[in-house]
Amino acid sequence: MRTKKVTFRHRWLPYALVAPQIVITLVFFIWPASQALYQSVLRQDAFGLRTEFVGLANFARLFADPLYLESFFTTVWFSALVAGSSMLVALVLAVMADRVIRQATTYRTLLIWPYAVAPAIAGVLWWFLFNPTIGILAYALEALGYDWNHYQDGTDAMTMIVIAAAWRQVAYNFLFFLAGLQAIPKSLTEAAAIDGAGPVKRFVTIQLPLLSPTVFFLIVVNVVYAFFETFGIVHATTAGGPGNDTVILVYKVWRDAFEGLNLGSSAAQSVILMAIVIALTAIQFRYIERRVEY
Amino acid sequence: MSDISLRDVRKVYSGAEAPTIPGLSLEIVSGELCVLVGPSGCGKSTLLRMVAGLEEVSDGEIAIAGRRVNDLEPAERDISMVFQNYALYPHMTVFNNMAYGLKNRGMPKDEIRRRVDEAAVMLGLDGFLARRPRELSGGQRQRVAMGRAIVREPAAFLFDEPLSNLDAKLRVKTRVEIRDLQQRLRTTSIYVTHDQQEAMTLADKLVVMNAGQIEQIGTPIEVYERPASLFVAGFIGSPPMNLLPPSAVPSLAPASAPEHALIGIRPESMVPADDGPIALDVRVVERLGATSTIHGRLPGLESDVIASVPSTVPADPGRTMRFSSPGDGVHLFDGRTGRRLG
Ligand SMILES: Nc1ncnc2c1ncn2[C@@H]1O[C@H](COP(=O)(O)OP(=O)(O)O)[C@@H](O)[C@H]1O
Ligand SMILES: [Mg+2]
Repeated sequence: MRTKKVTFRHRWLPYALVAPQIVITLVFFIWPASQALYQSVLRQDAFGLRTEFVGLANFARLFADPLYLESFFTTVWFSALVAGSSMLVALVLAVMADRVIRQATTYRTLLIWPYAVAPAIAGVLWWFLFNPTIGILAYALEALGYDWNHYQDGTDAMTMIVIAAAWRQVAYNFLFFLAGLQAIPKSLTEAAAIDGAGPVKRFVTIQLPLLSPTVFFLIVVNVVYAFFETFGIVHATTAGGPGNDTVILVYKVWRDAFEGLNLGSSAAQSVILMAIVIALTAIQFRYIERRVEY
Repeated sequence: MSDISLRDVRKVYSGAEAPTIPGLSLEIVSGELCVLVGPSGCGKSTLLRMVAGLEEVSDGEIAIAGRRVNDLEPAERDISMVFQNYALYPHMTVFNNMAYGLKNRGMPKDEIRRRVDEAAVMLGLDGFLARRPRELSGGQRQRVAMGRAIVREPAAFLFDEPLSNLDAKLRVKTRVEIRDLQQRLRTTSIYVTHDQQEAMTLADKLVVMNAGQIEQIGTPIEVYERPASLFVAGFIGSPPMNLLPPSAVPSLAPASAPEHALIGIRPESMVPADDGPIALDVRVVERLGATSTIHGRLPGLESDVIASVPSTVPADPGRTMRFSSPGDGVHLFDGRTGRRLG
């Protein structure tokens, strides 16, 4: 197939038009990424005076480091909880909204607001709500007989960052679920109702299967979010504590670099994170190409 | 087999000022194919959806097989419906599309298989049972929708414009198939369409609707031969009936006709006659093969008068042709109330 060629009168114009994008990509992505790659094969002494090439030793040490592996599993658990809970809540809300309103514009606008809140602010907000001394939620939990203290209890701390992170994603997921549900012709659920399926059965056998491309898309998006964009939440609330119970990978990258001053190890960790995001994106793209397959 | 009865059924959509259906009664006899025909937006689908249980009834009563169904869920009404867009489940195979309603009712597997196979053979769908809807042609999808309706062996079929997504040729073919199928199964059916030709060819009982109300009920021939109102006269029949003031054709107007009367003559009832009382200045002649449609003007009238004549009748634009109409071809309407006179 021949594609139509657009010709510009000035040869330099197309280059000028894409230049800003290329500059931004170079400065904010390619350069730091290449720096990380470069650093990940070096080792500096504690005072930053000597640097030597160590090959893959940084990586080898990471995989042998129980703290790193622990952080890895913490992250997997954390992102599963964030993706799972935020998608479940969003799905329930979307199903209810889809029942009530055809053109859910107002509702939709209200529900997207949390998404506009920066992660750090969301973190601080929930940190206040759950604060054992002044937080209203901690107070309410205490009234219910639960002694909330995320400073001492790892589960409480994990719960808090999961809620703070998931809360923000609910809005985003809701929009996709609602759009997905509204794209399913109403006559399909009507036909199923005539075919003797109750509301739950209709949801499980008709709507959910037709929503599966959206579900898959959101799993990837939410996992990427939980892996990479939740630094602000952790930093503003638990700072990885108590102990290492909420040290997720991105947080560890930062802490090892700026508090542990171990640049080589930190860089190796970023390279691993980069590999993970590339893999997730690749899966996403492959799947999107086949997403009409039902 | 069972009858359907609607008594003073009313529908007001929430938020709407005027009722969509102000109050309508209709009796459908067991085994009959009843066609609701009317222009788009007149409330046909609304009525059908109320019978199906997909839309709440504002007032009045609907009974299927002698049982009041107003407060029953769609599944409990023992009906099946064929939707305009077919509403096939896109993620299921043809077999599962047809079997879904049977599975939900807990029917044994071998009975499901037997019924689906039987329907598939009847509809020429055997060999397609493992396919998904998107792997089928429009006509095949339509038949899957029909199959899904018949495997349940319900008390009634409801059709909402089931042919409007097919091309003209397939529409005529499928129309015949539906008629044949319904006559074999003898299942009480309500069929909604805006196409008067489809309505005429399918109906045992024809119900002409306008603005949420019934204009006329009768067999297709009754409705064609004695339209009860100007609306029906204009809606049923193609090309539509000519409606003329008595002053334009004084010799055809009965002496008793009031001055606000309108005289209706079907194009098919316009008979060429050298001494006929209707003299048309021919403007356009459409040759359709077996017949020709002549569009002409009567002196002093704004709109065309149409005549359908055998193509052997010589007709050319620019000539004046004279027509007469046999007595039973002349209809008389009250121009103010729109009702038939006499
Ligand atoms: N869900 C609805 N809410 C409000 N008004 C509706 C709804 N469905 C249909 N209507 C209105 O009711 C009238 C009849 O619609 P419908 O029954 O679909 O007509 P038809 O099937 O004869 O074309 C139309 O004016 C339409 O706008
Ligand atoms: Mg309709």
